Amino acid sequence: MSSYSSSARFDEARRVAIFGGTHGNEMSGVTLVNLWVKNGSEIQRKMVDTKPFITNPRAVEKCTRYVDTDLNRAFTPENLSALGEGDLPYEVQRAQEINRIFGPKGSPEAYDVIFDLHNTTSNMGCTLILESSKDYFNLQMMNYIKVTALRSYFCCVNIVLCDWFIAGLEVGPQPQGVLRSNIFEAMRVILKHALDFIELFNEGRTGVEFPTCTVEVFRVLERIDYPRDANGNIIAMVHPNLQDGDWEPLNPGDPMFLTFDGKTLHYQGSGTIYPTFINEAAYYEKQQAFVTTRRETLVASAIRKA
Amino acid sequence: MPYRARFGRKMECVSLPPLSNFAICGGTHGNELTGVYILREMQKHNVEKVGSVSITTVLSNPRAVDACRRYTDRDLNRCFTDDLLSSPITESTPYELRRAQELNAHLGPKGSEEAVDLLCDMHNTTSNMGLCIIFNSADWLILHICKYLQSKITSMPVRALQMDLPLSEAFSVDSLGKHGFSFEIGPQPHGVLRADVFNTMKEAVDLTIEWLQQFNSGRTFEGGEVEAYTRWKTVHYPRDPTTDEITAAIHPQLQDNDFKLLQPGDPIFLSLSGETVKHEGDALYPVFVNECAYYEQKIAYHLTQKSTLTLPSINVKKD
Repeated sequence: MSSYSSSARFDEARRVAIFGGTHGNEMSGVTLVNLWVKNGSEIQRKMVDTKPFITNPRAVEKCTRYVDTDLNRAFTPENLSALGEGDLPYEVQRAQEINRIFGPKGSPEAYDVIFDLHNTTSNMGCTLILESSKDYFNLQMMNYIKVTALRSYFCCVNIVLCDWFIAGLEVGPQPQGVLRSNIFEAMRVILKHALDFIELFNEGRTGVEFPTCTVEVFRVLERIDYPRDANGNIIAMVHPNLQDGDWEPLNPGDPMFLTFDGKTLHYQGSGTIYPTFINEAAYYEKQQAFVTTRRETLVASAIRKA
Repeated sequence: MPYRARFGRKMECVSLPPLSNFAICGGTHGNELTGVYILREMQKHNVEKVGSVSITTVLSNPRAVDACRRYTDRDLNRCFTDDLLSSPITESTPYELRRAQELNAHLGPKGSEEAVDLLCDMHNTTSNMGLCIIFNSADWLILHICKYLQSKITSMPVRALQMDLPLSEAFSVDSLGKHGFSFEIGPQPHGVLRADVFNTMKEAVDLTIEWLQQFNSGRTFEGGEVEAYTRWKTVHYPRDPTTDEITAAIHPQLQDNDFKLLQPGDPIFLSLSGETVKHEGDALYPVFVNECAYYEQKIAYHLTQKSTLTLPSINVKKD
């Protein structure tokens, strides 16, 4: 039990951004943001300024992940301070522009909350990505979303903890370039709950706080690449037993890859892990067949409005 | 070769020339990965001849494969009409038009005696179509291959889909062969390689080669019936009249239900604002439901009719 005085205090979340099209072929976010740019009534909340924004319009136009370089990896300090303007890769220019409008990150001018909408070809369902276990505001928000989504829609939401992923919302499975109605609606529901949380938090009536809670997360351990030959070519595929098995336990000895001539390669780790991002299309070039995670319970400190 | 369904009368056995060369193509769309990897494996194992059958493996669109995109300038699998194959090549000719003419020289010429006996092109779709054998005109040979595969493959449904265009208008790479068809397997996202899809495609290719060998060695394949779906009409997404943007998604009750009879009144679209659009007109079978590549032309799916085709027995013509 927490006492009122020991809750972590946060300022109101006044300005919220919803990003779609960071990858131009991940259609749920593109479609939602375009819809809300035209008519934003659904995303309006009391005392919150919500801005829907297409982050990579050229990639969206071409329905491709990126034009020059992955925007979702472009927000490095080097890129954000690079000179050269029109000579810079398109996505670096965009990163600088987005940083100007919505950041700079960590500064008082920065937006309070940013939701970056993504899809994945992996069978991950609804997944929220958390960068830090000490980020109690986001952890409380994710807990609220998870509990509400399960109660109202029987929709299961998983939380992934990783400091080398970019925070955001991933919903899958959905092929790149395709809009699936169920995936679209799931993302819409998640955002509804997220905005409801922010509104409730901002209301901050005396005595109302989000009490301390425990939250089950999956902490990312490592990337596993495909087996490759000396020339870097893939020599095996994700095994049918592992394919679509995101969040299911993978035990030492379980099938992991299947070579083209039918040989099974087994998971050789020392303990059970929970794989995710299994067979994500965009990660072939990033040398990632899946990532391993372990289950962890985090404690989120109670939070209230400052 | 024209056909007519004949009822209540046993058809005579038809003898056809042997099929000594078989071309297998992949990467016609560079992000449809199963065919690309099947070819790589065949080339790694130097598969050139299996019994009486000479096998040619062809990576149709290497540039698109390198970029993992459907095409670079235009869709290669729409470049094989007679008009496009005979259009003059200039500096500004798109890459895929040039490539189509190269492939025509290598595997064709289309419609000639020199063309490869049988051409099979491997594709993937994001639609839930299982294994679909797509051909232009229903010749006995291809229908017998369909029947053979249907009897042997159990991992997913196997269906026959007929396009029925005059040869001059046939636009896909498989029209180069004296006989030609495509394997279309889904669902698989573009840019992804699924093991279950790979294994089924491999089985389908191996069974086709097995059939050819048996045919060439004199086996009579008994006649019978094959169900085929014939393309009837195309359904486009609802669009905003001013911006032409798509305003609805495939309805959840239609999504993944390729080949399931669509009746009048069944939901087909769910608009972004939550309204349901229903199917009107004849009861027909939808295919290519929510295929990624068709968004470019705003195509949601095609509707087909199902018919039963009667096949005669066939065997190889002896000299």
